[in-house]
Amino acid sequence: MSIAQFLTIFISAVFIYNVILSRFLGLCSFVAISRETKPAMAMSLAVMFVTTMSSIITWFIYRFLLVPFGLTYLRTISFILVIATFVQLVEMVIRKTSPALYRFFGIYLPLITVNCAVLGVAVLNSDMFFINGKAVPGSFYYSAFQGVCVGLGYALAMLLMSGIRERLDFCDVPKTVKDFPLAFIIASIMSLSFLGFNGFRF
Amino acid sequence: MKKYFSEFLKGIIKENPTFVLVLGLCPTLAVSTSVTNGVGMGIAATFVLLGSNMIVAMIKNIVPDRIRIPCFIVVIATFVTIAEMTMKAYSPALDRALGIYVPLIVVNCIVLGRAEAYAQKQTVLNSLFDGLGMGVGFTLALILISAIREALGTGKILGFTLAHKFEPAFVLGMPSGALLVIGLLLGFFNVLKGKRE
Repeated sequence: MSIAQFLTIFISAVFIYNVILSRFLGLCSFVAISRETKPAMAMSLAVMFVTTMSSIITWFIYRFLLVPFGLTYLRTISFILVIATFVQLVEMVIRKTSPALYRFFGIYLPLITVNCAVLGVAVLNSDMFFINGKAVPGSFYYSAFQGVCVGLGYALAMLLMSGIRERLDFCDVPKTVKDFPLAFIIASIMSLSFLGFNGFRF
Repeated sequence: MKKYFSEFLKGIIKENPTFVLVLGLCPTLAVSTSVTNGVGMGIAATFVLLGSNMIVAMIKNIVPDRIRIPCFIVVIATFVTIAEMTMKAYSPALDRALGIYVPLIVVNCIVLGRAEAYAQKQTVLNSLFDGLGMGVGFTLALILISAIREALGTGKILGFTLAHKFEPAFVLGMPSGALLVIGLLLGFFNVLKGKRE
């Protein structure tokens, strides 16, 4: 476990292998919710919270349940169930404790259950930080940190995209590419510019 | 029989999951670097769609309404695990190429979308044909995208060189190329839709 390792995880999760622009996880919510900045930020915050928490929870499940009992083939089922339950629980807690926050997150939380980014980061963690069924030293911290960083990468892409699309409202766009097609073409150009981070090495 | 055939056909053109419903784009973009990967992904997704649509249509009356989504997810995840294990056993190369996108079929919006919007209201046979049609529509869309990307990005298709002295545009093989191709294709389908109306 070293600072350099954390820095590498940060740079690669946020910039080089950006969860949206390079791994294509969570694209549906990315195109659907990035029309305005405010909901885009709400969604990003919710995603960041859930990716972090689900990284932590799924690490415990993988390390203490699936690996010792040789059940790693149940990874997909157990992860998705735990994530769905967790999101449901968070929604219920928020609804009871803070109606203001619930209105803010409300409709975005259930959407996160089927956001590929959340399951994606859990699967990635179990692929990257477990070698031959054994946890690498510090894998828990790496997993949790990667959860945070993937959320950050999502937020970065969302923020950039929603800023651009807000400005686009005032432009005269050809009718055929309005909305979805244009969003993808913009994302493509953004992804091209993120390619520049590929040279980053530590 | 004709009724089932139309259930099957609607998934291919009229309600194509990728180009008309714009669902399940994550795997579409990520694995469409080559036609082989695209077909592999398409077959795996079709299998999952078929299985989950069938089971969901069978259990629709015994599942309580409030917890139906988790129930559907468990059914889907079971079929995904079967597909994952089969792929690992019989074509490890494809499994490595598709990587984390195989387990991610669970969260492919097409599968849950069809269970929720179609299979839980319809008979088993109808759902079966709907799943098959959607799967084939998804596979065809994947083949179209990956053929464009492979042909222009590497100058080859399925290992055959298309044209000599052709300078391939490598960017199409990269993530940004995938987004560009899907953006332009969606625009193209918009034009077609506009013409028909």
